[in-house]
Amino acid sequence: MTLTLVWRSLRHLTRSFDNLLMTVFLPLMILLLFVYVFGGAINTGTAYINYVVPGIVLLCAGYGASQTAVSVTNDMVRGIIDRFRSLPIAGSAVLTGHVAASVARILVSTAIVVGVALGIGFRPSATAAEWFGVLGMLVLFVLAMSWLSVVFGLIARTVEGAGGFSFFVLFLPYVSSAFVPTHTMPAALQFAARNQPMTPIIETTRGLLLGTPIGNSGWLAVAWCVGILVVSYALARYLFERRSSH
Amino acid sequence: MIDTHGIVKTFGRLKALDGVDLHVQQGKVFALLGPNGAGKTTMVRVLSSLMRPDAGTATIAGHDVVRESRKTRSVISLTGQYAAVDELLTGEENLRMMARLRKLSRARARQRASELLEEFELVEARGRPVKNYSGGMKRRLDLALSLVTTPQVLFLDEPTTGLDPRSRLDLWAKVRNLARGGVTVLLTTQYLEEADNLADQVAVLDRGRVVALGTPEELKRLVPGGRIELAFGTEEDLRAAAARVPGLVEELRLSVPTDGSAGEVKRVLDALDGIELAELTVRKPSLDDVFLQLTGGRAA
Repeated sequence: MTLTLVWRSLRHLTRSFDNLLMTVFLPLMILLLFVYVFGGAINTGTAYINYVVPGIVLLCAGYGASQTAVSVTNDMVRGIIDRFRSLPIAGSAVLTGHVAASVARILVSTAIVVGVALGIGFRPSATAAEWFGVLGMLVLFVLAMSWLSVVFGLIARTVEGAGGFSFFVLFLPYVSSAFVPTHTMPAALQFAARNQPMTPIIETTRGLLLGTPIGNSGWLAVAWCVGILVVSYALARYLFERRSSH
Repeated sequence: MIDTHGIVKTFGRLKALDGVDLHVQQGKVFALLGPNGAGKTTMVRVLSSLMRPDAGTATIAGHDVVRESRKTRSVISLTGQYAAVDELLTGEENLRMMARLRKLSRARARQRASELLEEFELVEARGRPVKNYSGGMKRRLDLALSLVTTPQVLFLDEPTTGLDPRSRLDLWAKVRNLARGGVTVLLTTQYLEEADNLADQVAVLDRGRVVALGTPEELKRLVPGGRIELAFGTEEDLRAAAARVPGLVEELRLSVPTDGSAGEVKRVLDALDGIELAELTVRKPSLDDVFLQLTGGRAA
């Protein structure tokens, strides 16, 4: 059942050109923007491209995952959800379908971004095992963000409202160590930047790719992602049942 | 096949359903007739397990719609008020997806999709995304999706709203066919004509209550709506006629209540012997009369 619904969500991707464009081109544009436009002016003590690529990868993954909110709201505001719900299947399989498609889509777009980054001078020092670590971190992060998006998709009453969530997610990495080291920020912002989930996740990814110290970022990153994932998943299932059956 | 007892559903202060009892036998077409806001859609949503009633019980083929929603869902199909189709997929993909969700094998799903595309005249559009379909095509696909596997109970919420006359007749024929094949159909409609044409039983719903229940014929008998309308050439003739047969006078017309039988007509004509009659029309009661009387004149 769920596989059929994953197939459906994947089909949607190939049908909506905008979505595909946003998934592939936006990340590439952000990559090129930071490397060539801002990169020259930011001093991180290392080659900026090496510093910034992990952040870009996660920014794009987070933004990509946030698109799930739009897909979910799209279903909820249309009659199709009643058809799914009147079938003898778990209604939430529709949500799982969207999340699985989101993971697949983001893995493809990330591969493209990393490929281009390697082409323009990104030089990671990761071993095969570390690459797997990066993949694991990425999948965990995308799962957490996708389920969180599902929650927003279920709360939003309009597709436009659901789209607003992506903007929030798009800006989250800016107040983190993604693009500039946090010690360059004003004190209050430093506190926010260091204690938001994006920073440990980015530090972990960067450490795995480039060998920079990870410290306790690894555990923090996993804890944040698992926490967000569990809470969002439970909330999504609850909201889905409530929203359509009262 | 469908049995409900005292179904109540409130939204805030509005009582959408106020103690609805329905009993529908297998293979019958049952129409819920009522004006907008009468509670028709709410009733369908409760019966198709999409909405929990606040009070009362409902069973479909013996399954309680609340406690055994999964079992209920395995015997029903729902075609809601708005086309429940996936706009980004093609018509064929929609059908194959639904067939797979109904647990048909991949090969069987493909085959069933082709059969339905044929039956619902969507073969040419099979490969086009549904968002490019016309309203009528979406409606047809919507119904086809409900028939991927033959349900025991089919719910149709205002199935012909927005359809052109020919498509409406097609749909009526399909519904009759399904009922002949043993499918129990519960449909909602604002069209009296539709209920009259299609339904074995009609329940008139008004403000969440069943205000009348019966076959279309029985309902028509509820209102003494039959009348003989007589038109006269002059005021004099009219007055003379009104003196002999009591009725409602309006301009040069006299409207006499009757049961519409030939005997009644003859009796009236005998009584009017010698008065010149310009025109005579016998009007049988229609479901419209029933409807207007029962719902206090608020039109559908």
